[in-house]
Amino acid sequence: MSDYSLKTMMNKPERLAPGHRMCAGCGATIAVRAVLRGLHEGDHAVIGNATGCLEVSSFMYPYTAWEDSYIHNAFENAGATLSGVETAYHALKKRGRLPKDETFKFITFGGDGGTYDIGFQSLSGAMERGHDMVYVCYDNGAYMNTGIQRSSATPMYADTTTTPVGKQSNGKMQNRKDLASIIADHDVPYVAQTTFTNDFKDLHRKSEKAIYTEGASFLNVMTPCPRGWRYDTAEIMKICKLAVDTCYWPLFEVDHGKWTLSYEPKKKLPIEDFLKPQGRFKHLFKKGNEELIEQFQKEVDRRWEDLLYKCAR
Amino acid sequence: MAIKERMSGNEAVSYAIRQVNPDVMPAFPITPSTEIPQMVSTYIANGEMDTEFIPVESEHSSMSAAIGAEAAGARSLTATSSAGLALMWEELLLAASNRLPLVLTLVNRTLSGPININCDHSDGMGARDTGWIQIYAENNQEAYDNFIQAYPIAEDTRVHLPVMICQDGFITSHAVENIELLEDDKVKNFVGEYEPEEFLLNPGKPIAVGPYSVSNYAMEAKKNQEIAMENSKEVILEIAKKFKDMAGREYGLFEEYKTQDADYIMLIMGSAAGTAKQAVDELREQGKKVGVLKLRVFRPFPAKEIAEALKNCKAAAIMDRCESYNGNGGPLGSEVTAGLFYHKVNIEAVNYIYGLAGRDFTISDVNSVFAELEDMVVNGKEVEQHKYIRLR
Amino acid sequence: MRTDITKINEKTPHDRLTEGLMVFNGGTSKLFKTGEWRTNTPVFHADLCKQCLLCAPVCPDGSIPVKDSKRLEFDMDHCKGCGICANVCPFGAIEMKEGNI
Repeated sequence: MSDYSLKTMMNKPERLAPGHRMCAGCGATIAVRAVLRGLHEGDHAVIGNATGCLEVSSFMYPYTAWEDSYIHNAFENAGATLSGVETAYHALKKRGRLPKDETFKFITFGGDGGTYDIGFQSLSGAMERGHDMVYVCYDNGAYMNTGIQRSSATPMYADTTTTPVGKQSNGKMQNRKDLASIIADHDVPYVAQTTFTNDFKDLHRKSEKAIYTEGASFLNVMTPCPRGWRYDTAEIMKICKLAVDTCYWPLFEVDHGKWTLSYEPKKKLPIEDFLKPQGRFKHLFKKGNEELIEQFQKEVDRRWEDLLYKCAR
Repeated sequence: MAIKERMSGNEAVSYAIRQVNPDVMPAFPITPSTEIPQMVSTYIANGEMDTEFIPVESEHSSMSAAIGAEAAGARSLTATSSAGLALMWEELLLAASNRLPLVLTLVNRTLSGPININCDHSDGMGARDTGWIQIYAENNQEAYDNFIQAYPIAEDTRVHLPVMICQDGFITSHAVENIELLEDDKVKNFVGEYEPEEFLLNPGKPIAVGPYSVSNYAMEAKKNQEIAMENSKEVILEIAKKFKDMAGREYGLFEEYKTQDADYIMLIMGSAAGTAKQAVDELREQGKKVGVLKLRVFRPFPAKEIAEALKNCKAAAIMDRCESYNGNGGPLGSEVTAGLFYHKVNIEAVNYIYGLAGRDFTISDVNSVFAELEDMVVNGKEVEQHKYIRLR
Repeated sequence: MRTDITKINEKTPHDRLTEGLMVFNGGTSKLFKTGEWRTNTPVFHADLCKQCLLCAPVCPDGSIPVKDSKRLEFDMDHCKGCGICANVCPFGAIEMKEGNI
């Protein structure tokens, strides 16, 4: 992907139309636009979608934001639903009911609730069976559609509406599930974790690779939610940069079992830099809570070391 | 020339699936329907059909994948029983509301708990308000014939609804009986090619399926679904007529067995209708004016036609192989009596619950029911309206 | 028959809605003007713009159209005024103004 050029990429026709009802400054649709730019022009796609913010906002009858065919089924079954669509493609091709020269690709989007939690089984099944599809998790770290409830993707100590901070509570008590690793352990051909970088090269490269790698692929894309994380909408790119430079959200890929780090910060920033701008971690900066930040830092360090180890193998 | 064979209900339906050769079949094993995906997989492994089989990781996913495949433009089906159908519940509603003409072969088994693998209709009845057409079979022959009629009904543009083809677990699914099969080409011609007008995989013609809808549209959509269900009644009859022309076997919304002059009629569904008919034959020899109304089509519910069929009898036994836990009887008990009331048919009726979780139901049980109806009408015996048969 | 959503509104009778509320078309949301939501408005200073296009991918609403590798005026019918574009512009070519202009 050495020939990546943002200026060329942005000439591609938009596959997610404006007019959807996502909040101002939403990270999810930035991710969707970028992932869909990974499709080659002329190729068709069927987009799947788990119930969530993206779904209720992007196909509110009769307004669909999708330029490609789109199917939303339910919350927990985006993996299985697209399995069916992808299998139908092979059946119809085999039986000569689709033109030979038309290519369809299969991409499904789910939030972390629909992916890490309720849709986990369906995702795991689809990955294990090896359908030629990409499952994209837009991970904003909570059930944002229903009003910021914790999910297994929510980071430790985050203040959510089901792990509210109070006299007896410092927010969520558990660390987030490492879903990218879990899916990598399915031995699928391609898994990657990414978020928004300045020129979107990382997200673009991984999307294109995921879409055009034969078999099941999984992308975990961190998509900040200004409402749930409580930062000013304009700040999203700064938040993403801090997530990456603190190694809270490392960028990596697992290509046919080979782990590769996509980016290593020259100077690993302290986790405070990522936590500070977000209202959901405000309580951590109260006097007496220094130990909580230390705990958070320890977990980030442990995971980062583990990732470096995997990538060095 | 009809092909005479001996087969179980599961074998018969699997044979029909091979003949129809649908595009996609996701399925998950559950007793007593497991044999169907097994047999289909074996047909595929042996090159006798080329349906794409998806060995999914749950029944929720089998219905989800069937929905995806059907929306994509592929003729799809799945098979299940009991808890499998219950796990699909959310998806059953979506298959119907998305107006997808897919087919499910249900092998009826009781719902837990306690966990039990034997037949009753609690699974099918639990799905009675999901918007699916439901057709019940008395035996392997009917299961086979019903399956062959399923896609032509579902795919009719007046309908576009999913169809559930039901047979009784073990009693029909596993018992081997004589059957007349149709030639492959006859079945293929009868079912025809699936040619949807709009589908996900139509290049250059994108569609969007499964919207969020504000209430200003949702109620109208539900009414449209209800209209399709109403329409399906005439379509089911048209397809049955075509089927008779091809196969010689006649089907309706229900079968009336010796009901013409009957004073006492047993309304029953599924395999137990065979037992009821045999008892009626014997009772007729004793001069009793008794008959059986065997319900074939439960959804759409033929309330008006049933009321018409029952209006001249003195008393009806409404037989439910399912408990509704509403304190007032089973599902057929509720729906049949409501139908009689709306159509101003004022006969005596008793709702019997029988055969739950595989409890036996025999000719002597049928005899007792008819005797009780007669006692009630002739001698004024007071009979509970909600009675269990063979309960210890 | 492809769906013409201009013929569907909240007063449409049931028999005129699409089957299963499917929409037989793509991108119909363009007809819904989310620009009305704006409480802040970006103003594009073309003279300061160096056409680096860093603003284009960060827009959640695809409201910075690009043609021949050059960005055009904002799509004010859909821009929700989040301000991400102004923040990423290295040249001060996007200015956020208060209110829905």
